[in-house]
Amino acid sequence: MSKTETIAPAPTAETPSVRAAGTRKKPWLPWLVMALRIVLCLVFGLPLVFLIVNSFKPDSAIFGDLGSINAFLPVGDLSLDNYTGVFDRVPFATFMMNSVIISIVTVVFGLIVNSMAAFALSRMHFKGQKVVLGVILATLIVPFETMALPLLWWVNQLPYFDGSTGWLDTYEVQIIPFVANAFSIYLFYQYFDSIPKELDEAAKVDGAGWFRIYRSIIMPLSGPAVATVAILTFLPAWNSYLWPLMVTQSEAIRPAMVGMDYFKQMTGASGTAWGQIMAYASMITVPVLVLFIAFQRAFISSIASSGVKG
Amino acid sequence: MSTVTATAPVATTTRSSKKPRTSTSGGSGTAWAMLAPAGVLMLVFLIVPIVLTLSLAFTDARLISPTPAKFTGLTNFTRLFGSNVFWHSLQNTIVFAVVIVPLQSACALGLAVLVNAKVRGTNFFRTVYFLPVVTSMVVVSMLWLFMYQQDGLINSLLAQIGITGPDWIGDPNTALFAIILMSAWQAMGFHMVIWLSGLQTISADLYEAASLDGAGPWQQFVNVTWPGLKQTRTFILITITIAAFSLFTQINVMTQGGPLDSTSTLVFLAVRTGFQQQQTGYASAMSLVFFVLVLAVSLVQRHLTRDKELQR
Repeated sequence: MSKTETIAPAPTAETPSVRAAGTRKKPWLPWLVMALRIVLCLVFGLPLVFLIVNSFKPDSAIFGDLGSINAFLPVGDLSLDNYTGVFDRVPFATFMMNSVIISIVTVVFGLIVNSMAAFALSRMHFKGQKVVLGVILATLIVPFETMALPLLWWVNQLPYFDGSTGWLDTYEVQIIPFVANAFSIYLFYQYFDSIPKELDEAAKVDGAGWFRIYRSIIMPLSGPAVATVAILTFLPAWNSYLWPLMVTQSEAIRPAMVGMDYFKQMTGASGTAWGQIMAYASMITVPVLVLFIAFQRAFISSIASSGVKG
Repeated sequence: MSTVTATAPVATTTRSSKKPRTSTSGGSGTAWAMLAPAGVLMLVFLIVPIVLTLSLAFTDARLISPTPAKFTGLTNFTRLFGSNVFWHSLQNTIVFAVVIVPLQSACALGLAVLVNAKVRGTNFFRTVYFLPVVTSMVVVSMLWLFMYQQDGLINSLLAQIGITGPDWIGDPNTALFAIILMSAWQAMGFHMVIWLSGLQTISADLYEAASLDGAGPWQQFVNVTWPGLKQTRTFILITITIAAFSLFTQINVMTQGGPLDSTSTLVFLAVRTGFQQQQTGYASAMSLVFFVLVLAVSLVQRHLTRDKELQR
């Protein structure tokens, strides 16, 4: 079986090729490697530095600094004008709050619903189990984009909770379709399978029911799987763009990513208000970057474990 | 935990069937009850839309319409295959995929090899390379739209070394290429991590042995690393390809399909048709073409995976 558990999320093994090269009398190789790493660091990091630094500069300075190193340095006429400008133009707090609500509710419901399903599939036995699992896994290859348009038509026909027809322009339409997730079920399923079945037996002897076993034994042991699923649900929910673009009209329920579109049509004193765009972009990016840096190992190992997909 | 495997889901199913049947008196009802929330949601928001993609494509369904959809046979498809924009979009989508798949996977592998060493600062570099992945594509697109401007950051930097850069996004000859470059930049860290987890599975003994046999770094890469990454490779190729076929956000934020349809893609066209023009039936026909493409790629991947199992 090709199921391999790597213990540490952060790879630590020394690259043998580099080491071997060192012993083969090529002393320049480590230097070359380090130089490459630093250049790439600039390639991947500088655009984001540029974004954040320039969000504090007036449009004239943004363009004025372009030809020099100042483009990446917080120098010159720095102010929060772009930020106050953003708050004047769009209901930023509402957009941001909507993104937070939608992402968190999707993650929380997703954790509960998908782990329960995975528990039933992994540790219990019932007729049709294999068929259900097979169908769930088969849907993994369908990208959301293939069914986005039919889904849009479909949610517009569905009866809504208050008796009317159509789910468009609600929180629910941005959350509920994304709660159940085949990949989350698969990740939980795999993790649950690695927990010894003897625990269930012992609990049953003590008189615990299946739901009790799920809640009090299996879930508390599944911290890493919970973290992985939470991260892999949160990122797409936070970054979601195509779907909210189609299903939301009122600003009261629009998320932050769609809010970015407002700045494309609006112009400042001299053409597009780039300073404000960068301020807005920074405000919707920095919280996630901070989360990422704080929980870096969990993020990276989640992505690494998404390698099972396929 | 990081479970690193590219096992086809089917294999997992077979494994679970070998589980010893334990006594489960009365568990069946509870099992279905625990499965029900996810099951119902997936039925309504996943299975039904997939079936709708297949069926609405043969109707004249509109997003908002007083009359119910009528069956129209292959009308949508004859219209689609006679449409220039569709062929342009299909071509752009395929060009995008064909260029970005080798570009992004090779560069990501290069990154992975570069940071797969235990020296000072490795963690820092890996984190920086990964930063664009956690930045949303909407933000990345806006940022690069600025950088790509005629008088933007990239051309200013090029001017420093005496090169007059093109109007990246405004020129139909460079627009798609510019978007490819940006998309690869954004997602490379993601696949670097996947490659890294593949590299971790290769035993250090193999490198020792190769080294004793006098193999240099390049020979070691060709004879040890590359064959050891076969499963990872298949997985990475399929995910990049599917992501490439799904190209939408960058187009919608940066170009709206222009200039001259040079960056229109299947998903962008489907959204314009099914959302802005409300022609759900016609958009479903496009989605179906897209679906067939994805399915074909997945079947090829399955085929490659099976070949590998046979060779063992």
